[in-house]
Amino acid sequence: MSEHTHDPSSAELRTEALESLLREKGLIDSAEIDKIIRRYEEDIGPMRGAQVVAKAWTDPQFRERLLADGNAAIAELGFEGPQMDRLEVKENTDQVHNVVVCTLCSCYPWAVLGLPPSWYKEPAYRSRVVREPRRVLHEMGLDLPETTEVRVWDSSAEVRYMVLPQRPQGTEAMTEEELATIIGRDAMIGVGTVSTPGSDG
Amino acid sequence: MDGIHDLGGMHGFGPIEVEVDAPLFKEAWQARTHVITGLARGRLGLKIDKFRHSIERLDALTYLGAGYYGRWLASLEQLLVEEGILEASELVERSRALAAGEPLTPSSATGGKIEAKRGGGGTAFREVAQQPRFEPGTAVRARNMHPSGHTRLPGYAKGKQGAVAAIYPACVFPDTNAHDLGENPQHLYSVRFSGEELWGNDAEAQSQIYLDLFESYLEPSHE
Repeated sequence: MSEHTHDPSSAELRTEALESLLREKGLIDSAEIDKIIRRYEEDIGPMRGAQVVAKAWTDPQFRERLLADGNAAIAELGFEGPQMDRLEVKENTDQVHNVVVCTLCSCYPWAVLGLPPSWYKEPAYRSRVVREPRRVLHEMGLDLPETTEVRVWDSSAEVRYMVLPQRPQGTEAMTEEELATIIGRDAMIGVGTVSTPGSDG
Repeated sequence: MDGIHDLGGMHGFGPIEVEVDAPLFKEAWQARTHVITGLARGRLGLKIDKFRHSIERLDALTYLGAGYYGRWLASLEQLLVEEGILEASELVERSRALAAGEPLTPSSATGGKIEAKRGGGGTAFREVAQQPRFEPGTAVRARNMHPSGHTRLPGYAKGKQGAVAAIYPACVFPDTNAHDLGENPQHLYSVRFSGEELWGNDAEAQSQIYLDLFESYLEPSHE
Protein backbone atom coordinates (compact mmCIF):
# COMPACT_ATOMS: atom_id res chain seq x y z
CA MET A 1 0.00 0.00 0.00
CA SER A 2 2.78 2.42 -0.87
CA GLU A 3 0.73 4.69 -3.09
CA HIS A 4 -2.48 4.88 -1.16
CA THR A 5 -4.69 7.87 -0.66
CA HIS A 6 -4.07 10.53 1.96
CA ASP A 7 -7.75 11.21 2.53
CA PRO A 8 -8.57 9.85 6.00
CA SER A 9 -12.27 9.68 5.14
CA SER A 10 -11.68 7.46 2.09
CA ALA A 11 -13.06 3.94 2.18
CA GLU A 12 -9.54 2.67 1.62
CA LEU A 13 -8.09 4.25 4.76
CA ARG A 14 -11.17 3.57 6.86
CA THR A 15 -10.88 -0.09 5.92
CA GLU A 16 -7.20 -0.09 6.82
CA ALA A 17 -8.00 1.60 10.13
CA LEU A 18 -10.68 -0.96 10.93
CA GLU A 19 -8.40 -3.84 10.02
CA SER A 20 -5.50 -2.58 12.13
CA LEU A 21 -7.70 -1.90 15.16
CA LEU A 22 -9.40 -5.29 15.01
CA ARG A 23 -5.98 -6.89 14.58
CA GLU A 24 -4.81 -5.18 17.77
CA LYS A 25 -7.86 -6.61 19.52
CA GLY A 26 -6.74 -10.04 18.44
CA LEU A 27 -9.94 -10.61 16.47
CA ILE A 28 -8.53 -10.87 12.97
CA ASP A 29 -5.26 -11.66 11.28
CA SER A 30 -4.25 -10.04 8.00
CA ALA A 31 -2.75 -13.22 6.51
CA GLU A 32 -6.05 -14.96 7.15
CA ILE A 33 -7.89 -12.17 5.32
CA ASP A 34 -5.56 -12.56 2.33
CA LYS A 35 -6.20 -16.29 2.30
CA ILE A 36 -9.98 -15.92 2.37
CA ILE A 37 -9.88 -13.33 -0.43
CA ARG A 38 -7.88 -15.77 -2.56
CA ARG A 39 -10.46 -18.46 -1.88
CA TYR A 40 -13.26 -16.17 -3.05
CA GLU A 41 -11.34 -15.24 -6.16
CA GLU A 42 -10.25 -18.75 -7.07
CA ASP A 43 -12.61 -21.35 -5.65
CA ILE A 44 -16.06 -19.95 -4.95
CA GLY A 45 -17.91 -18.99 -8.08
CA PRO A 46 -20.65 -19.85 -10.53
CA MET A 47 -18.76 -22.95 -11.73
CA ARG A 48 -20.33 -24.79 -8.83
CA GLY A 49 -23.81 -23.84 -9.98
CA ALA A 50 -22.90 -24.82 -13.54
CA GLN A 51 -21.89 -28.28 -12.34
CA VAL A 52 -25.19 -28.60 -10.50
CA VAL A 53 -27.17 -27.61 -13.60
CA ALA A 54 -25.17 -29.91 -15.90
CA LYS A 55 -25.82 -32.83 -13.60
CA ALA A 56 -29.53 -32.01 -13.43
CA TRP A 57 -29.67 -31.98 -17.25
CA THR A 58 -28.02 -35.36 -17.58
CA ASP A 59 -29.36 -37.19 -14.52
CA PRO A 60 -33.18 -37.04 -14.21
CA GLN A 61 -33.16 -38.49 -10.72
CA PHE A 62 -30.66 -35.87 -9.53
CA ARG A 63 -32.89 -33.21 -11.12
CA GLU A 64 -35.84 -34.49 -9.08
CA ARG A 65 -33.80 -34.43 -5.88
CA LEU A 66 -32.46 -30.97 -6.68
CA LEU A 67 -35.93 -29.50 -7.18
CA ALA A 68 -37.21 -31.23 -4.02
CA ASP A 69 -34.31 -30.37 -1.68
CA GLY A 70 -31.61 -28.12 -3.05
CA ASN A 71 -29.24 -28.33 -0.10
CA ALA A 72 -29.26 -32.13 0.04
CA ALA A 73 -28.71 -32.38 -3.72
CA ILE A 74 -25.75 -29.98 -3.86
CA ALA A 75 -24.23 -31.67 -0.82
CA GLU A 76 -23.94 -34.77 -3.04
CA LEU A 77 -21.46 -32.72 -5.10
CA GLY A 78 -19.63 -31.61 -1.97
CA PHE A 79 -21.00 -28.07 -2.09
CA GLU A 80 -22.00 -26.21 0.99
CA GLY A 81 -21.07 -22.77 2.07
CA PRO A 82 -21.86 -19.44 3.56
CA GLN A 83 -25.18 -17.65 3.42
CA MET A 84 -27.27 -20.59 2.45
CA ASP A 85 -29.50 -22.18 5.05
CA ARG A 86 -31.93 -23.34 2.40
CA LEU A 87 -31.56 -23.49 -1.36
CA GLU A 88 -34.62 -23.54 -3.61
CA VAL A 89 -34.02 -24.35 -7.25
CA LYS A 90 -36.67 -23.12 -9.71
CA GLU A 91 -36.89 -24.77 -13.09
CA ASN A 92 -37.46 -22.89 -16.32
CA THR A 93 -39.80 -24.51 -18.85
CA ASP A 94 -41.47 -23.46 -22.09
CA GLN A 95 -44.29 -22.02 -19.98
CA VAL A 96 -42.42 -20.50 -17.01
CA HIS A 97 -39.33 -18.33 -16.70
CA ASN A 98 -37.84 -17.65 -13.25
CA VAL A 99 -35.67 -14.73 -12.17
CA VAL A 100 -34.10 -13.99 -8.77
CA VAL A 101 -33.66 -10.71 -6.85
CA CYS A 102 -33.33 -9.36 -3.32
CA THR A 103 -35.10 -6.00 -3.17
CA LEU A 104 -34.24 -5.30 0.51
CA CYS A 105 -30.50 -6.01 0.37
CA SER A 106 -28.58 -8.32 -1.97
CA CYS A 107 -29.23 -11.88 -0.78
CA TYR A 108 -27.77 -14.38 -3.24
CA PRO A 109 -26.86 -18.10 -3.24
CA TRP A 110 -23.12 -17.57 -2.61
CA ALA A 111 -22.45 -21.28 -2.12
CA VAL A 112 -23.41 -22.16 -5.70
CA LEU A 113 -22.98 -18.90 -7.62
CA GLY A 114 -20.19 -17.15 -5.74
CA LEU A 115 -20.54 -13.45 -5.02
CA PRO A 116 -23.18 -11.52 -6.99
CA PRO A 117 -22.33 -9.26 -9.93
CA SER A 118 -22.44 -5.50 -9.28
CA TRP A 119 -25.70 -4.90 -11.14
CA TYR A 120 -27.47 -7.42 -8.87
CA LYS A 121 -26.60 -5.22 -5.86
CA GLU A 122 -27.47 -1.88 -7.43
CA PRO A 123 -30.77 -0.01 -6.96
CA ALA A 124 -31.77 -0.18 -10.65
CA TYR A 125 -32.09 -3.98 -10.74
CA ARG A 126 -33.45 -4.28 -7.20
CA SER A 127 -36.16 -1.66 -7.74
CA ARG A 128 -37.22 -2.59 -11.25
CA VAL A 129 -37.23 -6.35 -11.71
CA VAL A 130 -40.24 -6.88 -9.43
CA ARG A 131 -42.25 -4.22 -11.25
CA GLU A 132 -41.22 -4.69 -14.89
CA PRO A 133 -39.37 -8.00 -15.19
CA ARG A 134 -39.90 -8.35 -18.96
CA ARG A 135 -38.52 -4.91 -19.64
CA VAL A 136 -35.50 -5.54 -17.40
CA LEU A 137 -34.82 -8.89 -19.07
CA HIS A 138 -35.17 -7.27 -22.48
CA GLU A 139 -32.59 -4.64 -21.49
CA MET A 140 -30.30 -7.43 -20.41
CA GLY A 141 -30.70 -9.18 -23.75
CA LEU A 142 -33.43 -11.72 -23.04
CA ASP A 143 -36.78 -11.46 -24.81
CA LEU A 144 -39.47 -13.79 -23.53
CA PRO A 145 -42.56 -14.83 -25.50
CA GLU A 146 -45.70 -13.08 -24.26
CA THR A 147 -47.20 -16.43 -23.38
CA THR A 148 -44.38 -17.26 -20.95
CA GLU A 149 -45.22 -16.62 -17.32
CA VAL A 150 -42.48 -14.70 -15.50
CA ARG A 151 -41.91 -15.61 -11.87
CA VAL A 152 -39.79 -13.21 -9.85
CA TRP A 153 -38.35 -14.57 -6.60
CA ASP A 154 -37.66 -11.79 -4.08
CA SER A 155 -35.30 -13.31 -1.49
CA SER A 156 -36.84 -11.54 1.49
CA ALA A 157 -35.86 -14.13 4.16
CA GLU A 158 -33.12 -16.79 4.57
CA VAL A 159 -34.15 -18.93 1.60
CA ARG A 160 -31.82 -18.60 -1.39
CA TYR A 161 -32.90 -19.12 -4.98
CA MET A 162 -31.18 -20.45 -8.06
CA VAL A 163 -32.68 -20.96 -11.51
CA LEU A 164 -32.37 -24.25 -13.38
CA PRO A 165 -32.19 -23.02 -16.98
CA GLN A 166 -33.48 -24.96 -19.98
CA ARG A 167 -31.01 -27.18 -21.77
CA PRO A 168 -30.48 -25.78 -25.26
CA GLN A 169 -31.26 -27.76 -28.40
CA GLY A 170 -28.32 -29.36 -30.12
CA THR A 171 -26.44 -30.30 -26.94
CA GLU A 172 -27.66 -33.90 -26.81
CA ALA A 173 -24.21 -35.30 -27.57
CA MET A 174 -22.42 -33.25 -24.93
CA THR A 175 -21.19 -34.81 -21.68
CA GLU A 176 -21.99 -33.46 -18.23
CA GLU A 177 -18.49 -31.95 -18.03
CA GLU A 178 -18.84 -30.28 -21.42
CA LEU A 179 -22.26 -28.93 -20.55
CA ALA A 180 -20.93 -27.36 -17.35
CA THR A 181 -18.62 -25.17 -19.43
CA ILE A 182 -21.47 -23.52 -21.37
CA ILE A 183 -23.68 -22.63 -18.37
CA GLY A 184 -23.20 -19.04 -17.27
CA ARG A 185 -24.05 -17.20 -14.09
CA ASP A 186 -26.74 -15.02 -15.66
CA ALA A 187 -28.77 -18.06 -16.72
CA MET A 188 -28.79 -19.27 -13.11
CA ILE A 189 -29.98 -15.87 -11.85
CA GLY A 190 -32.60 -15.93 -14.62
CA VAL A 191 -31.52 -12.84 -16.56
CA GLY A 192 -30.14 -14.97 -19.38
CA THR A 193 -30.43 -18.39 -20.95
CA VAL A 194 -27.90 -20.99 -22.04
CA SER A 195 -27.02 -20.95 -25.74
CA THR A 196 -25.92 -23.84 -27.89
CA PRO A 197 -22.17 -23.55 -28.45
CA GLY A 198 -21.41 -22.13 -31.86
CA SER A 199 -24.78 -20.42 -32.19
CA ASP A 200 -24.96 -16.66 -31.98
CA GLY A 201 -27.40 -17.20 -29.23
CA MET B 1 -38.47 0.65 8.73
CA ASP B 2 -39.65 2.47 5.62
CA GLY B 3 -36.11 3.24 4.48
CA ILE B 4 -34.23 3.84 1.28
CA HIS B 5 -33.11 0.18 1.27
CA ASP B 6 -36.69 -0.93 0.54
CA LEU B 7 -36.25 -0.44 -3.18
CA GLY B 8 -38.77 -2.86 -4.72
CA GLY B 9 -40.99 -1.05 -7.22
CA MET B 10 -39.36 2.38 -7.02
CA HIS B 11 -38.91 4.44 -10.16
CA GLY B 12 -35.96 6.62 -11.03
CA PHE B 13 -32.87 4.43 -10.86
CA GLY B 14 -32.23 4.25 -14.58
CA PRO B 15 -31.04 1.36 -16.72
CA ILE B 16 -29.34 -1.78 -15.46
CA GLU B 17 -25.63 -1.24 -15.96
CA VAL B 18 -23.93 -4.50 -16.78
CA GLU B 19 -20.17 -4.56 -16.82
CA VAL B 20 -18.65 -7.34 -18.89
CA ASP B 21 -15.82 -9.29 -17.27
CA ALA B 22 -15.88 -7.15 -14.12
CA PRO B 23 -13.40 -8.31 -11.47
CA LEU B 24 -14.85 -9.91 -8.36
CA PHE B 25 -13.64 -6.95 -6.29
CA LYS B 26 -12.93 -3.69 -8.07
CA GLU B 27 -10.71 -2.32 -5.34
CA ALA B 28 -8.60 -4.01 -2.71
CA TRP B 29 -10.45 -2.36 0.19
CA GLN B 30 -13.73 -3.88 -1.00
CA ALA B 31 -12.34 -7.39 -0.73
CA ARG B 32 -10.90 -6.63 2.71
CA THR B 33 -14.15 -5.07 3.92
CA HIS B 34 -16.04 -8.12 2.71
CA VAL B 35 -13.80 -10.53 4.61
CA ILE B 36 -13.33 -8.37 7.73
CA THR B 37 -17.10 -8.07 8.03
CA GLY B 38 -17.55 -11.82 7.85
CA LEU B 39 -14.82 -12.53 10.37
CA ALA B 40 -15.86 -9.78 12.78
CA ARG B 41 -19.50 -10.80 12.65
CA GLY B 42 -18.64 -14.43 13.33
CA ARG B 43 -16.18 -13.75 16.11
CA LEU B 44 -18.25 -11.12 17.87
CA GLY B 45 -21.52 -13.00 17.42
CA LEU B 46 -23.07 -10.09 15.53
CA LYS B 47 -26.27 -11.40 14.02
CA ILE B 48 -26.97 -11.02 10.32
CA ASP B 49 -30.28 -9.30 11.15
CA LYS B 50 -28.41 -6.70 13.17
CA PHE B 51 -25.92 -6.14 10.38
CA ARG B 52 -28.69 -5.75 7.78
CA HIS B 53 -30.47 -3.27 10.02
CA SER B 54 -27.26 -1.34 10.51
CA ILE B 55 -27.10 -0.92 6.72
CA GLU B 56 -30.74 0.19 6.60
CA ARG B 57 -30.08 2.84 9.25
CA LEU B 58 -27.41 4.59 7.20
CA ASP B 59 -28.71 7.93 6.05
CA ALA B 60 -30.26 7.79 2.59
CA LEU B 61 -27.53 9.75 0.86
CA THR B 62 -24.82 7.49 2.25
CA TYR B 63 -26.86 4.43 1.36
CA LEU B 64 -27.16 5.45 -2.27
CA GLY B 65 -23.78 7.12 -2.63
CA ALA B 66 -21.41 4.71 -0.91
CA GLY B 67 -22.01 1.67 -3.10
CA TYR B 68 -22.39 -1.89 -1.86
CA TYR B 69 -19.12 -2.25 0.02
CA GLY B 70 -19.22 1.35 1.18
CA ARG B 71 -22.48 0.45 2.88
CA TRP B 72 -20.88 -2.60 4.45
CA LEU B 73 -17.97 -0.55 5.74
CA ALA B 74 -20.13 2.24 7.18
CA SER B 75 -22.55 -0.17 8.82
CA LEU B 76 -19.76 -2.30 10.30
CA GLU B 77 -18.14 0.83 11.78
CA GLN B 78 -21.52 1.88 13.16
CA LEU B 79 -22.23 -1.53 14.66
CA LEU B 80 -18.78 -1.98 16.23
CA VAL B 81 -19.13 1.41 17.93
CA GLU B 82 -22.66 0.66 19.14
CA GLU B 83 -21.58 -2.72 20.49
CA GLY B 84 -18.70 -1.15 22.42
CA ILE B 85 -15.97 -2.93 20.45
CA LEU B 86 -14.43 0.28 19.10
CA GLU B 87 -14.89 3.95 19.77
CA ALA B 88 -15.73 6.32 16.95
CA SER B 89 -12.77 8.48 17.95
CA GLU B 90 -10.41 5.51 17.59
CA LEU B 91 -11.50 4.96 14.01
CA VAL B 92 -11.09 8.63 13.15
CA GLU B 93 -7.70 8.85 14.83
CA ARG B 94 -6.41 5.68 13.21
CA SER B 95 -7.48 6.82 9.70
CA ARG B 96 -5.84 10.18 10.32
CA ALA B 97 -2.58 8.56 11.44
CA LEU B 98 -2.58 6.28 8.39
CA ALA B 99 -3.24 9.22 6.08
CA ALA B 100 -0.39 11.18 7.64
CA GLY B 101 1.92 8.17 7.41
CA GLU B 102 2.63 8.31 11.15
CA PRO B 103 3.84 5.21 12.97
CA LEU B 104 0.85 3.55 14.63
CA THR B 105 0.59 3.45 18.38
CA PRO B 106 -1.75 0.81 19.75
CA SER B 107 -5.11 2.30 20.58
CA SER B 108 -6.18 2.05 24.19
CA ALA B 109 -9.66 3.55 23.95
CA THR B 110 -11.65 0.36 24.49
CA GLY B 111 -9.06 -1.77 26.16
CA GLY B 112 -7.00 -4.69 24.92
CA LYS B 113 -7.72 -8.03 23.34
CA ILE B 114 -11.21 -9.36 22.84
CA GLU B 115 -12.05 -13.02 23.21
CA ALA B 116 -13.66 -14.38 20.05
CA LYS B 117 -17.03 -16.02 20.54
CA ARG B 118 -17.81 -19.45 19.26
CA GLY B 119 -20.86 -20.56 17.36
CA GLY B 120 -22.07 -17.19 16.13
CA GLY B 121 -23.18 -18.61 12.80
CA GLY B 122 -25.45 -21.53 12.09
CA THR B 123 -28.82 -21.90 10.49
CA ALA B 124 -31.67 -19.44 11.07
CA PHE B 125 -34.23 -22.23 10.82
CA ARG B 126 -35.80 -23.57 14.02
CA GLU B 127 -38.27 -26.24 15.10
CA VAL B 128 -41.49 -24.79 16.47
CA ALA B 129 -44.31 -26.62 18.22
CA GLN B 130 -47.29 -24.85 16.73
CA GLN B 131 -48.77 -25.76 13.36
CA PRO B 132 -48.57 -23.31 10.45
CA ARG B 133 -51.58 -21.01 10.44
CA PHE B 134 -51.93 -21.02 6.65
CA GLU B 135 -52.09 -23.91 4.20
CA PRO B 136 -50.70 -23.84 0.67
CA GLY B 137 -53.25 -22.23 -1.64
CA THR B 138 -54.74 -20.07 1.13
CA ALA B 139 -55.49 -16.46 0.19
CA VAL B 140 -53.57 -14.15 2.52
CA ARG B 141 -52.98 -10.44 2.79
CA ALA B 142 -49.70 -8.84 3.79
CA ARG B 143 -50.39 -6.60 6.74
CA ASN B 144 -50.26 -2.85 6.42
CA MET B 145 -47.61 -2.46 9.11
CA HIS B 146 -44.87 0.15 9.35
CA PRO B 147 -42.53 -0.62 12.24
CA SER B 148 -39.68 1.86 12.73
CA GLY B 149 -37.22 -0.98 13.33
CA HIS B 150 -36.01 -3.87 11.19
CA THR B 151 -38.49 -5.80 9.11
CA ARG B 152 -38.31 -8.06 6.07
CA LEU B 153 -41.75 -7.21 4.72
CA PRO B 154 -41.06 -5.15 1.60
CA GLY B 155 -43.16 -2.02 1.26
CA TYR B 156 -44.49 -2.93 -2.17
CA ALA B 157 -46.35 -5.95 -0.77
CA LYS B 158 -47.97 -4.23 2.21
CA GLY B 159 -51.76 -4.45 2.13
CA LYS B 160 -51.67 -6.65 -0.97
CA GLN B 161 -53.39 -9.99 -1.43
CA GLY B 162 -51.51 -13.10 -2.42
CA ALA B 163 -51.68 -16.85 -2.05
CA VAL B 164 -49.50 -19.19 -0.03
CA ALA B 165 -47.33 -21.07 -2.53
CA ALA B 166 -45.28 -23.11 -0.03
CA ILE B 167 -44.58 -23.48 3.68
CA TYR B 168 -40.91 -23.29 4.61
CA PRO B 169 -39.42 -24.40 7.92
CA ALA B 170 -39.88 -21.96 10.79
CA CYS B 171 -37.18 -19.33 11.01
CA VAL B 172 -35.75 -16.81 13.46
CA PHE B 173 -37.86 -13.64 13.28
CA PRO B 174 -35.64 -10.78 12.06
CA ASP B 175 -37.92 -8.03 13.40
CA THR B 176 -37.13 -8.98 17.00
CA ASN B 177 -33.75 -10.68 16.55
CA ALA B 178 -32.19 -7.55 15.02
CA HIS B 179 -33.03 -5.64 18.21
CA ASP B 180 -31.91 -8.30 20.72
CA LEU B 181 -35.55 -8.95 21.56
CA GLY B 182 -35.32 -12.70 21.04
CA GLU B 183 -35.38 -15.13 18.17
CA ASN B 184 -39.16 -15.70 18.27
CA PRO B 185 -39.03 -18.27 15.46
CA GLN B 186 -42.17 -18.50 13.38
CA HIS B 187 -43.40 -20.10 10.19
CA LEU B 188 -42.17 -18.75 6.92
CA TYR B 189 -44.16 -18.87 3.69
CA SER B 190 -43.52 -18.42 0.02
CA VAL B 191 -46.37 -16.10 -0.98
CA ARG B 192 -47.31 -15.45 -4.60
CA PHE B 193 -48.64 -12.04 -5.68
CA SER B 194 -49.83 -11.32 -9.19
CA GLY B 195 -48.32 -8.40 -11.06
CA GLU B 196 -51.81 -6.87 -11.34
CA GLU B 197 -52.33 -7.01 -7.56
CA LEU B 198 -49.04 -5.20 -6.93
CA TRP B 199 -48.94 -2.74 -9.81
CA GLY B 200 -52.53 -2.50 -11.06
CA ASN B 201 -53.02 -1.59 -14.70
CA ASP B 202 -49.33 -0.77 -15.02
CA ALA B 203 -48.31 -4.38 -14.44
CA GLU B 204 -46.69 -6.38 -17.21
CA ALA B 205 -48.67 -9.34 -18.56
CA GLN B 206 -48.21 -12.75 -16.97
CA SER B 207 -45.96 -11.81 -14.08
CA GLN B 208 -46.01 -13.36 -10.63
CA ILE B 209 -43.88 -12.11 -7.75
CA TYR B 210 -42.98 -14.48 -4.92
CA LEU B 211 -41.90 -13.20 -1.50
CA ASP B 212 -40.77 -15.11 1.58
CA LEU B 213 -42.94 -13.78 4.39
CA PHE B 214 -43.15 -14.53 8.09
CA GLU B 215 -46.46 -15.65 9.57
CA SER B 216 -46.98 -12.48 11.58
CA TYR B 217 -46.71 -10.40 8.38
CA LEU B 218 -49.82 -12.15 7.07
CA GLU B 219 -53.53 -12.17 7.78
CA PRO B 220 -56.29 -14.25 6.23
CA SER B 221 -57.88 -12.67 3.19
CA HIS B 222 -61.57 -13.20 2.59
CA GLU B 223 -61.79 -12.20 -0.98
